[in-house]
Amino acid sequence: MMLPWIILIPFIGGLLCWQADRWGDKAPRWIALITMSLVLLITLVLWLDGDYHLPTLTVDSGAVRWAIEWRRAWIPRFGIDVHLALDGLSLVLIALTGFLGTLAVVCSWKEISHRVGFFHLNLLWILGGVIGVFLAIDLFLFFFFWEMMLVPMYFLIALWGHSGSEGRTRIRAAIKFFIYTQASGLLMLVSILGLVFAHHAATGVYSFSYGDLLNTRLSPELAFWLMMGFFIAFAVKLPVVPLHGWLPDAHAQAPTAGSVDLAGILLKTAAYGMLRFALPLFPDASALFAPVAMALGLVGIVYGAILACGQQDIKRLIAYTSISHMGVVLIGIYSGSALALQGVVLLMVAHAFSAAGLFIISGQVYERLYTRDMNRMGGLWGRLGSLPGFSLFFVAASLGMPGTANFAGEFMILFGTFPVAPVTVMIATTGMVLAAIYSLLLMQRVYYGPTRGEVRLGGLDTREFVMMMVVLVLVLLFGLYPQPLLDVTGATMDEIQKLFSVALSHAPATLLTGVVQ
Amino acid sequence: MTLTTTHLMALTPVILLFATAVTVMLGIAWRRQHAVIATVSVLGLNLALLSMALVWQMRGIESPLLVFDGLTVFASILILVATLACATLAHAFLEGYPGPREEFYLLMLCAAAGGIVLVASRHLASLFFGLELLSMPLYGMLAYTFRDRLSLEAGIKYLLLSAGATAFLLFGMALLYAESGRLDLAGLSLALGDSSGAWALAGAGLIIVGLGFKLSLAPFHLWTPDVYEGAPGPAVTFLASASKVAVFVVLWRLVMVAPVFDAAILHNVLAGLAMVTILVGNLLALVQTNLKRLLGYSSVAHFGYLLVALVINDGLSSETAGVYLLTYLITTLGAFGVVTLLSSPYSGQDASALHHYRGLFWRRPYLAAVLTVSLLSLAGIPFTAGFIGKFYIIAQGVEASRWWLVGAIILGSAIGLYYYLRVMVALYLVEPGMRRRDATNDWGLRAGGLVVLGLALLVIVLGIYPSPMIEWVKLVVSGS
Repeated sequence: MMLPWIILIPFIGGLLCWQADRWGDKAPRWIALITMSLVLLITLVLWLDGDYHLPTLTVDSGAVRWAIEWRRAWIPRFGIDVHLALDGLSLVLIALTGFLGTLAVVCSWKEISHRVGFFHLNLLWILGGVIGVFLAIDLFLFFFFWEMMLVPMYFLIALWGHSGSEGRTRIRAAIKFFIYTQASGLLMLVSILGLVFAHHAATGVYSFSYGDLLNTRLSPELAFWLMMGFFIAFAVKLPVVPLHGWLPDAHAQAPTAGSVDLAGILLKTAAYGMLRFALPLFPDASALFAPVAMALGLVGIVYGAILACGQQDIKRLIAYTSISHMGVVLIGIYSGSALALQGVVLLMVAHAFSAAGLFIISGQVYERLYTRDMNRMGGLWGRLGSLPGFSLFFVAASLGMPGTANFAGEFMILFGTFPVAPVTVMIATTGMVLAAIYSLLLMQRVYYGPTRGEVRLGGLDTREFVMMMVVLVLVLLFGLYPQPLLDVTGATMDEIQKLFSVALSHAPATLLTGVVQ
Repeated sequence: MTLTTTHLMALTPVILLFATAVTVMLGIAWRRQHAVIATVSVLGLNLALLSMALVWQMRGIESPLLVFDGLTVFASILILVATLACATLAHAFLEGYPGPREEFYLLMLCAAAGGIVLVASRHLASLFFGLELLSMPLYGMLAYTFRDRLSLEAGIKYLLLSAGATAFLLFGMALLYAESGRLDLAGLSLALGDSSGAWALAGAGLIIVGLGFKLSLAPFHLWTPDVYEGAPGPAVTFLASASKVAVFVVLWRLVMVAPVFDAAILHNVLAGLAMVTILVGNLLALVQTNLKRLLGYSSVAHFGYLLVALVINDGLSSETAGVYLLTYLITTLGAFGVVTLLSSPYSGQDASALHHYRGLFWRRPYLAAVLTVSLLSLAGIPFTAGFIGKFYIIAQGVEASRWWLVGAIILGSAIGLYYYLRVMVALYLVEPGMRRRDATNDWGLRAGGLVVLGLALLVIVLGIYPSPMIEWVKLVVSGS
C-alpha cells in the first residue's frame, strides 16, 4: 500500500502548492519541501526495513519476485494493470529522486519569484512522474508515466527558463526537448505493442505485465526491431550521441531546479529503462547490439568531452560533460559484466550528485553575476566566499578524482568492461584525460585569471551552504564506502548480468547475419 | 413493407427532434424570447437523448430506408450530446448578437435530425437525404452572423464546394445503380458481390470523394481553414463535432457493409488518403497563427488517423474507430467550447487569433486549464482521453503490421506536438499591452462554462480510467 502513496504524494502536494499560491510565496515552497521530505523519508524507511537481497529475476524458474508489490486491474480489455513493484535498483533511484527533489525545491527558494505555486506544481509533478517510471512494471503504465513527466518539464523550461543568445530562446529549447522525447517515446509504444501482440499471438492473452512478457518467444528479427524501439527511446533520454540535440539547449535554458532534475534524475530514467526493460526483455537482441551500443557510448564520451572544452556558457559546458559521463554508463550497461553493472548504479548516483552540485553552483553564480557566459567571469576566487571551494570539489568529483563516488563508479565500469572489450576501455580512458582538461578550463576561466571588479559579491547564506555541504558529504561518503549502495542493488544487477551473459555467450555471428539478411 | 408501431418507436429520437423544431418555429413566430427558445431546444434534445434508451431496447429493427443497430445508437448519442453542447454554447454566444437569435436553434435541431437519419441509413436514398438535411442548415449556421464578411464567406464557400461534392456523390450513386440496379446497401453488396467491375469501383470512389469532402480529407480539405476561421463559434463547434461524426459513421458503415468499398484498389486509395491527410493536416497546421484555423487543420489530421481504423478492417477496427471518435468528440467540444466562450457574448469576429490567448492562464486560470487539457488530448499525451484513442490506433496498426501507416501516425504526432505546444505556451506567457478579449466574469457559473468544465474533467477521467468507455463502446458498437 506504500507504493501508490509514494507516487501520489508528489501529485497531491503539487496541487496543494498551486492552491496555496493565494497565501503568498512562502506557503507553496514549504508545502513542496515537506512533500519531498516525506517522499525521501518513506524511501529511507523502506530502505532500512526491507530486504533487497532477493533475486528478482530468476532465469531458471522464470518467475519474478519483488521486495514489495502492488497490483490492481486497470484496463482489463488489454490486460493492463496498475502494477507497481520495488526492488533494490528502483529503491535507490527513488531515494535519489526524493533527495534531488528536496534539493531542487531548496535551490529555487530565491531563484523563482513569480508564479511560485504553479512552478512547484510542475516541479512536483515531474518528480511524481519520475517515481512512477521507477516503480511501474506494467509496460503500459511505464509508458504512461514516461510520457506524462515531459509535460511539466516542458512548462518548467518554457515558463521559468532563461533565454540565451539570439535564436536560443527557452521556448525553442522546451519544444525541442518535448518533440525529441515524445516522438521517440512513440517508437517505444510501438515496440511495446509489438511485444504485447507477439505475446498475444503465442498465448492468446493480452498482457502488458513485465513478468508475462519476459519470456515471450520472438523471432530474432522481430526481437531486434522491438529492441531498437526501446533503445531509441532510451537513447534520446540518456542521451546517446546522434540523438542528443535537445540536451544542451534544455539544460542551458532551464531554471536551476529544472537542470538539477534533468541531469540528476531524468537522464537516469533512461539508464534505468535499459537495465529494467531493454536488456531483460530482449537479451539476445541486446547482446547482438552490444558492440554498437558500446561504440555509441565511446563516441559520446569523446564527443561530449571535446565539445565541453569549447563552450562559453557554463551550463552548456556541464550539459556536454553529462553526455560524456552517460557514454560511460552506456558502455557499462552493455558490457554484461557484474562489476561494470554495479559501477553503473554507483556512477548514476554519483553523477546525479556532482551534476546537481555543479548546476546549483552555476545557478548561484548566475544569481550574483546575472550571466552564465564564462567570458564575462574570471578572478572570482576570493570574491564569492566559500562558493569557489565547493566548485573545485564538484569539478574534481566530475572529472573522477579518487575519493569521490564518481571515481569509484567509473573505475568499476572500466575495470569490469576491460576483460570484455579492452580496446573500448582504452579509448574510453582518453575521456578521463579530456575530463581533466574541461574541468580545469572551467575552474580557470571562472575563478582564476584577472578579476573583473573589486566588489565583493555575496557569499553563501546558510541555506546554500547546508545544501552544498550535504551533497559534498554524500559524494565523499559513497566514494569512500559505496558498499551499502552496492548491497542493495546487488541482487538486481546480478540477475540482469546473468540473463545478459547467457545471451552474450550464445550470440555469435550466426544471429548477426540473420538480422543483416 | 408497411410502417409499424415498432418502427415509429424506433424513430422516436428523430420525431422528437422534428417536433422540437416545429415548436421552436411556432414559438419564434409567436414571440421572440431567446432564453425560452434555447430552453425548449435543450429540453427537446435531452428528451431525444433519453429516448435513445428506447431505441437501444429494440435495436436490430430495420425499415427499408433506416436501420437501428448498435452503430446507429452510438453515433446518435454522440450527435445528440454534441448538439446539446453546441446549443448551450450558442446561448451564451448569441446573447450579444444584435440580429435575430432564435433561428439558430431551429437550424441546429434540423441538422441534428439529419445527422441521425444519415447514421441510420441503409439505403443510398436515405443516405443522400440525411446528408443534405445535415448540410443545408449548416450553410445557414455558418453564415449566421452574415454582417461579418468572413462568416458570410464561410457559409458561401461551404455551400458551393458542398454542392460540388454532392454532385460527385450523386454521380457515384448513379454509377452504382447502373451497375447493380439496386440502391439499398444490402442489395448493392449482394448484386455487386466480390467481382467489382470498373463502374462499380468508380462509383464507390466518387462516393468516397463526396464524403471525403465533408470529412475534409486531404486533398479535399481546402475549404476547412477558411470555414473554420470565418464561421461563428457555435456553428464551427457543430461542424467539427456532430457533422463530422455523422459523416464518418456513414463512411464506416459503407466500408463495413458493402464489399465494393473493401476492394483492394479502394483499400489502397483509402490508405493513401489516410497518410496524405495525416501529413498535410499536420504540416499545414504548423504555420497557422489563428487558433480556429489551426484546429481546422488539426481536425483534418485527426480524420486521417481515424481513416486508419477503417483501412485496417479487422477485429479491433470498430472498437478503435468508436473509441477514437468518442475521445475526439469530447476533446474537440472542449477546445471549441473555450474559443466560443472567449468570444461570447457576440461582438464581431471571434477571438481566435493566437495573441488573444496570450497570458490567458493568469486571467482565467480554469478556462486556460480546459484549453490546455483539450490540446494535450488532441496531441495524445497520457492522462488525457486522446492518448487512449491514439493508443488504439497505433495498437491496431501494429497488430496488422501496417508499418507505413504506423510511421505516418508517429510522424504526424511528432509534427502535431509542435503547434499544440505553441498554442499551449502562449496561454501562460504574459505580454503587457495586448488587446484582450475575455470571457464574462461569471463564465464558470453559466451553462456554457459548466459544459466546458465538465468536458475537460471527462477528458481527464477517461484518460486515467478508460475502462468504462471501452466497455461501453464494445457493448454498443461491436455488440459484445
